[in-house]
Amino acid sequence: MRPSVAAATRCSCSGEPVGVELYRIDDRLIHGQVVVGWGKPLDIGFIVLVDDEVAASEWEQELYRMGVPPDVEVRFESVDSAARALAGYQCDPRPGILLTGDIATMHRLVDATHAIHEVNVGGIHYRPGRVERLRYVFVTPEEEEALRALAGNGVAVSAQDVPAARPVPLEDMLAGRGDA
Amino acid sequence: MNSAGGTDGARDGRRASEERGSAAEEVADEGADGARGPVRAVVAGHADFATGMISAVALITGRADAYVAMSNRDLGADEIERRMRAIVRESGARVVFTDLPGGSCTLAARRVARDMPELTVVTGVNLAVLLDFVFHDEASGEDAASAAVRRGRDALLVFGGAGGR
Repeated sequence: MRPSVAAATRCSCSGEPVGVELYRIDDRLIHGQVVVGWGKPLDIGFIVLVDDEVAASEWEQELYRMGVPPDVEVRFESVDSAARALAGYQCDPRPGILLTGDIATMHRLVDATHAIHEVNVGGIHYRPGRVERLRYVFVTPEEEEALRALAGNGVAVSAQDVPAARPVPLEDMLAGRGDA
Repeated sequence: MNSAGGTDGARDGRRASEERGSAAEEVADEGADGARGPVRAVVAGHADFATGMISAVALITGRADAYVAMSNRDLGADEIERRMRAIVRESGARVVFTDLPGGSCTLAARRVARDMPELTVVTGVNLAVLLDFVFHDEASGEDAASAAVRRGRDALLVFGGAGGR
């Protein structure tokens, strides 16, 4: 099962780019579900991890590289540098995954680029202030607002933890109507 | 067998454990089979990896008390790390065994070990590793883990197929 390639086909690359196939919000960032669960079926060649803190820490970067097979390139970007580099990633001949650890970071990246048309909510887990929507999605009122703002700007937002699961559209997700 | 954050009632369990402000009771419930000894290692991984592995150790050796289980199920990175830190501290474990390099439990364990240089982290664990480790009571955590890893590596074998034996 492959997610839509709408994001790639709308970019202005020459040739037939594959590029970023999945824009994912996941508070575990690079982990088994991403590398194996999504990475294998998408046959990814690269992962872009967008996080201001990780982009500033060599130690954290080494930690995240540990779980990635040697044939998959990992790029660490801040929101600012990712916004500048996004067009290049979208034109990459390899399939890739772009990750943020929270909704706010993805929201900033979308606002800075206007070039992301689909966002996957892959895992936002419990912490105080967050309310459960799905087994793997907990959001604060502010985060809910940010997701609605994304959708209001034409971004297709859905929740899906692994490729074999059914994507849950934003409104169903916020209403807690998932299969979880 | 109870696990520290990985049952079907994980969220209820988590809230309950937060109300207690401690993972100790979950830890104390571990390894109820057989004689009680000190917990020497945490086994952590996806879904029921840890409880499954520990149940196999219990069946084969009766020494499941050496281990405490942890799952990353339904937990975010911050919570996995917080819980890992609490379990290591409260159990006195000197080694953390995890299932996959780059899995969220492995990342959490390495973050904890960064602040606790005496803690050893072993990833890519199989049953042979955990079986060997329980019989290394005398060695330091790091030495016992290294010996167990050699045994685990030797246990990975391929039979059959054109190139098989």
